[in-house]
Amino acid sequence: MVDERIFRHSYPVEGGDFSHAGEVSCQMKNLLKEMGVNGQILRRAAIASFEAEMNVIMYAASGTVELTVTPEEIRISIVDEGPGIPDIELAMTEGYSTATAEMRELGFGAGMGLPNIKKNSDTFRLQSKPGLGTWLEFTIRRNGAGP
Amino acid sequence: MMNLKEALELLEGTLLTPECDLGLEFTRVFASDLMSDVLAFMDAGTLLITGLVNTHVVCTAGLAEAAAVVFVQGKRPSAQVLDQARANKLPLLSTPLPMFEACARMGAGRPK
Repeated sequence: MVDERIFRHSYPVEGGDFSHAGEVSCQMKNLLKEMGVNGQILRRAAIASFEAEMNVIMYAASGTVELTVTPEEIRISIVDEGPGIPDIELAMTEGYSTATAEMRELGFGAGMGLPNIKKNSDTFRLQSKPGLGTWLEFTIRRNGAGP
Repeated sequence: MMNLKEALELLEGTLLTPECDLGLEFTRVFASDLMSDVLAFMDAGTLLITGLVNTHVVCTAGLAEAAAVVFVQGKRPSAQVLDQARANKLPLLSTPLPMFEACARMGAGRPK
């Protein structure tokens, strides 16, 4: 049985495609707005999803962003086919980055992405296997006060 | 509290998106070329001053809900970036001043 209160949609993200960076997050933000999400909840979801989208573009060959919206929460999960993260604790350290010069010239790769996703979400789960890829899922409660 | 018209005068700036509302007010200013820092530390409704003019600036500013973006050193973004800003209703300004001088004037809140 389909629960009509649950909305779910997937977006493909191509690694290295800097020219379309942010399009998925902009689409999701507009969609969430149409669904009545606004204020800080909307902004936190947009910022966290953009950080995650950029991570796929910067580091992975490809990835998929899945947006799930229920009356209670916004859930965003990202699966990528990338190099994986050998040391998650280190990757979660503010300022730690493996970004290339090209990424930094574009204004990204300052080592704030993963910590910023965690800061803007209510739950945060990250799993990775070097050589296989990374799975990230975070949620934002729709009635949460947030940071 | 300051509006875009006052900021333009302070910064001897040019409005790159003429259709926007110059009465738009903001209370904070954030200066950075690092979009990562903008995403992590800038509050909504802030005037962003930057030396970057690529599409990622407009995208970042839109998602992080900046009030407007000021490009320093007289930099002008491409037509594509301008179109993107218009679509997002994001006002863009350009100032001939370098970053430090632009920040100093905004901090002092008055023309030189």
